Amino acid sequence: MKYVIMFTSTPELDAAVSPEHAEQVYRRVYEWFGAHADQITDSGAELQPVTTATTVTHGGGAPVVTDGPFSEAKEVIGGFSVLDVADLDAAIAIVKTWPMLELPGNSVEIRPMVVDYSHMEQ
Amino acid sequence: MNGKDAAVPDSHDDRAAASDRLLASVLREESARIVAALTGWLGSLDLAEESVAEAIEEAVREWRARGVPPNPGGWLTQAARHNALDRIRREKRYREKLALLSEPETVAPEHRASDPDERLPLLFGCCHPALPPAAQLALTLRAICGLTTAQIARATLTPESTVAQRIVRAKRKIGATGIPLRIPEGAERAERLDIVLAVVSVMYSEAHLVAGGDAAADRDLADDAIWLARVVAHALPREAEAQGLLALLLFHRAREGARAVDGELVLLADQDRTRWDRPLIAEAQYVLERAAMLRRPGRWQLHAAIAACHADAQDGDSTDWLQVLTLYDMLLAYDKSPIVRLNRAVALAEIDGPQIALDEVDALRQFLTGYHLWHAVRARMLRGIGRDDEAMAEDLRALELTANEAERRLLAARVGR
Repeated sequence: MKYVIMFTSTPELDAAVSPEHAEQVYRRVYEWFGAHADQITDSGAELQPVTTATTVTHGGGAPVVTDGPFSEAKEVIGGFSVLDVADLDAAIAIVKTWPMLELPGNSVEIRPMVVDYSHMEQ
Repeated sequence: MNGKDAAVPDSHDDRAAASDRLLASVLREESARIVAALTGWLGSLDLAEESVAEAIEEAVREWRARGVPPNPGGWLTQAARHNALDRIRREKRYREKLALLSEPETVAPEHRASDPDERLPLLFGCCHPALPPAAQLALTLRAICGLTTAQIARATLTPESTVAQRIVRAKRKIGATGIPLRIPEGAERAERLDIVLAVVSVMYSEAHLVAGGDAAADRDLADDAIWLARVVAHALPREAEAQGLLALLLFHRAREGARAVDGELVLLADQDRTRWDRPLIAEAQYVLERAAMLRRPGRWQLHAAIAACHADAQDGDSTDWLQVLTLYDMLLAYDKSPIVRLNRAVALAEIDGPQIALDEVDALRQFLTGYHLWHAVRARMLRGIGRDDEAMAEDLRALELTANEAERRLLAARVGR
């Protein structure tokens, strides 16, 4: 099954991590992508900081453009990848080893991908 | 399987209740096996479980009126298969499945004691951490124990529509997110088993609430919980914690007869210990000893060991509180929850006095201020150091917070109302 994994963190907590520690974790992030290359069918993307976000929202007449992310939550999405593994337990096992999870405020959301569009065909 | 919870009618006067018990015992033996077999055949837990649940509703209606047929498993399997095929024909989204189905075995295969228990993979799926705890419980009660939605609603004091929705959402999530129906291996095993055991334990404590309350449920969840604890302990004999939970529930069950007298709750210290079920205590002790021989301690075994201390004491005054406190200290290494710390404070009061225990109770205020027993324990500590007025105020607060009628009467008796 294909899963999108979304990496989220909390910017105010990220700021408290020392540059040396951050660099060391980043190195392990690269290793992590290498170690799971067979299951990562799309390495996805790492996003620029949330301060660069622009959101376009449904508006009464026309869509409205605003500064900032879509949600007011403290956690922000920092990137995503696509896993192709047997089941949710296999996805969880890989995600549990995500190096950033040792830093407070980090989480990973796992969502199955829609791959079957046959119900849309008539 | 023939312990105290065996489905033998006690007397003829008790016929209606006995027949509910008989139904419960037959349904819980068959339900999970048929759900597991049908899931394999249909490739969908959602469809399989729904069809079995419908068959169980039919069975409850039929069998209550006409008695249990000679081969209840066969009856249920037939009915569930019929329901499944009916659904497939009705619902467009299932139609393509029909072509893929082969004819299943018409006779359920015989269960041999040496066969791996096919109910366990299903149970681990129902208790997956990706499902919310309330849904884990509801789905386990229906798919594994064979309760109807209405019975779950009554037994857990939850609206029927809420229970139904939890079950539907949980099953859809299992299907849509690829939650496997499998016993986890390796390091995952202990973590996942703990969730299963927690669900069984909640099942038992929910039963306690209902039994203590005035609601007469037609299924005693305590029976289901002990039955399920036995199934898990038997299927995973090398898992010490599974044995530990079974021992714990057996200790609690053994005290049940003294815990509620004429619908009134009796505190542990005041219970008439001659009403404790000695053979059941002996079984609990045996199970706990067997768990200890596996040399893999854990929180359920420690909870059971604490219950064993109480079972060993001739009366409340001869309780070995130092041993109880030591066990609570060990338990904290596995479970630092405020409830465990509150229970430990009761033992602490017996060893170090009520003032020291009160300090510990006060440290838990922010976690337990909405919990009636926190106020009841605090009242006891305050009374121990002569602050009677404050103690009375805490007892009144506990009374306000108690939803359960029998507990309410116990607390009301204490404040003289």
